[in-house]
Amino acid sequence: MTDHCDDTLGVGLLCEGQHEPGTPPAGLRRAPSGVDGLTTEHLIINMGPQHPSTHGVLRMIIEVDGEEVVAAEVSVGYLHRGIEKLAEHRRYDAVGTLMDRGDYVSGIMGELAFALATEQLMEIEVPRKAHWLRSLTSELNRLASHLVWYGTFGLDTGAMGQFLYAMREREALLDILEAISGQRMMFNYVRPGGVVADLPVGVEEKIRAFLGTFPMYLDEYDQLLGGNEIFQARVKGIGVIDRDMALAFGLTGANLRASGVDFDIRKARPYAAYPELDFDVPLGAKGDAWDRYTVRMGEMAQSARMIGQLIDGMPEGEHTAKVPRIIRPAAGESYASVESSRGETAVHLVSDGTEHPYRMHYRGPSLYAVQALEELLPGHLLGDVVMLIGSTDVMLGEIDR
Amino acid sequence: MSAIGISALKVLAALGLMLANGVVMIYMLRKVLGHLHIRLGPMHVGWKGTLQTVMDVLKLLTKEDITPRAVDRWLFRIAPAVVFIPSLMAYAALPFSDTWRVTNLDTGLLYTFAVLSLVPMGILMAGWASNNKWSLLGGMRAAAQQIAYEVPLLLSVLPIVMLVGSMNLGVIVEAQRGTVLAVIPRWFIMNPLFWPTFLLYSVSALIETNQTPFDMSEAESEIVAGFATEYSAMKFGLLFLSEFSNQFIVAALTVTLFFGGWTLPWIPEAVSNSFGPVVFMLKTYLVIAVMMWIRGTFPRVRIDQLMQLGWQRLIPISLVWIVFSGIVIKVWS
Repeated sequence: MTDHCDDTLGVGLLCEGQHEPGTPPAGLRRAPSGVDGLTTEHLIINMGPQHPSTHGVLRMIIEVDGEEVVAAEVSVGYLHRGIEKLAEHRRYDAVGTLMDRGDYVSGIMGELAFALATEQLMEIEVPRKAHWLRSLTSELNRLASHLVWYGTFGLDTGAMGQFLYAMREREALLDILEAISGQRMMFNYVRPGGVVADLPVGVEEKIRAFLGTFPMYLDEYDQLLGGNEIFQARVKGIGVIDRDMALAFGLTGANLRASGVDFDIRKARPYAAYPELDFDVPLGAKGDAWDRYTVRMGEMAQSARMIGQLIDGMPEGEHTAKVPRIIRPAAGESYASVESSRGETAVHLVSDGTEHPYRMHYRGPSLYAVQALEELLPGHLLGDVVMLIGSTDVMLGEIDR
Repeated sequence: MSAIGISALKVLAALGLMLANGVVMIYMLRKVLGHLHIRLGPMHVGWKGTLQTVMDVLKLLTKEDITPRAVDRWLFRIAPAVVFIPSLMAYAALPFSDTWRVTNLDTGLLYTFAVLSLVPMGILMAGWASNNKWSLLGGMRAAAQQIAYEVPLLLSVLPIVMLVGSMNLGVIVEAQRGTVLAVIPRWFIMNPLFWPTFLLYSVSALIETNQTPFDMSEAESEIVAGFATEYSAMKFGLLFLSEFSNQFIVAALTVTLFFGGWTLPWIPEAVSNSFGPVVFMLKTYLVIAVMMWIRGTFPRVRIDQLMQLGWQRLIPISLVWIVFSGIVIKVWS
């Protein structure tokens, strides 16, 4: 990476001279080196889409020299469902269900991005309570999503112990989210104008009970995985994404913050109730897999902190604005982004004034992370490949859409 | 009965023990892992799921045995046998009690290690013959790993052989009979001289038996199922049976070398000898439980870290320890 990239955000995303013309990027194949005159051959391995730990249906074509990865090619699209196209044939209030199925582990954030984009077009004011409920469900969902990441990251390293512990906490969270929205994963809770329903009776106690034990368990889980010397030896120093590379690939979320860039949509372009909340943004320094681990663990603690504040300060009032039954926003374009569990999840909406979106673009942060893998993998061992996929926390539902 | 007839009976007994161990250990593994993972493990087939593994073995027996078209048929078929037979042979020298053993070999320790070191050859054959890249990687890993760890495994236990003056496993157990100061068992694990030996041995033994955190050759998150990827039905069953059997043998060796084998301290010799096999099995299963505990908790090391650990740490340390304990034993006696 050259150093004439400007560090400030938005400028650094497209800096010149990152790949000098004529030189192949690091991901391209090279001929076997041949040690001591021996003719050796590289092995090309097709990893996925059916592989135990490619987190869904990610396919990678990996060229290895023994166990060392020489080149990697990421092939996506095995989970394509045409969410963007389908959205063009639905009414605005029905697109939320599609957004749930994008990043299906953190559905609330996808719904929220779409709702925010629609509200921008409609120019309606969302009641304060709806903002708070959106933040509350977002943070609950972020915890649930990060717990899946924590569990599967452990599985990638070969540790089975912590997976079901994480699932236990996630179960409690899904119960809470089910009580709030009526669904465990495909919530369809956040709609243009507000949210579907107010908090039901008894859910506040459930959340408080969860918060009573969660910080203790989080420490325990951090000890179980992060405190393990073998785990540390495996993640420290691998998959270093430096600041420039992170910006050049357009990484967002924990993957970006692990590289030391202080950029969180919740702070940078505040939405929902985040301006009123007190929380920190954990940052990494080196940008290796260990930093990504610590940043995500830190985020979980911050989410728990925010949930406490949201429950304590939940305002009174309406949970949704008055929205016409059939939404026909004015013709125009809008872009709204939220900080999802994986980074900047955004919706770019084009309306032609009819009841269907003219075009909806869904920006999923994992697509950017998975592209960085191609440059990240060469030089690592085969065992690190799954670790790097795990550490970037890619979600195929949102890559393939 | 003729000598051959008795030998055949002993082989059958060893085979039966091996099968029974496999079934019990798989059930135990599922239960131990289950409870470590805050779930129950198998619960539905039989009382508390006890018949689950029996049914699983029956399922494996009745499943279609698929031989993929592109494999090296010969190697593919004999590889499970090459893995299985050494496992069975390793039972020969194990002393279940002073009378319960297949043979009384004077080189029992060396024999067991030698036989166990045949297993990676079968794994390499399975990996190569499968004509599958994951299998090949798994086989290669197994070979590299076992070559690196045969050496420290054998080196690590040499101090015990030096102290006892015999490689006969029975003699090693007899040397641990009785108590020191009437309270502490005379087991070698109680002897500070053998604590480093025990550490070196346990690490090498875990690697030797492909246990977590060193289960490189079948690291399911990295290389699918490693050398066993293309195997199905009872061929797969044999590969895994021998794996569990190796685990049992290594645990049994741990008991023999460090925990006094079939003997019990504080109890008159004649009494403890009479239920020696029971004591031996109980101790062995306790060691196995600890191995399963490790399996349920630890992540896996990376292959280069594993190699470094073996060649750069364990082998030099065990060599140094042999010299040191040799001097200590000489001075002591």
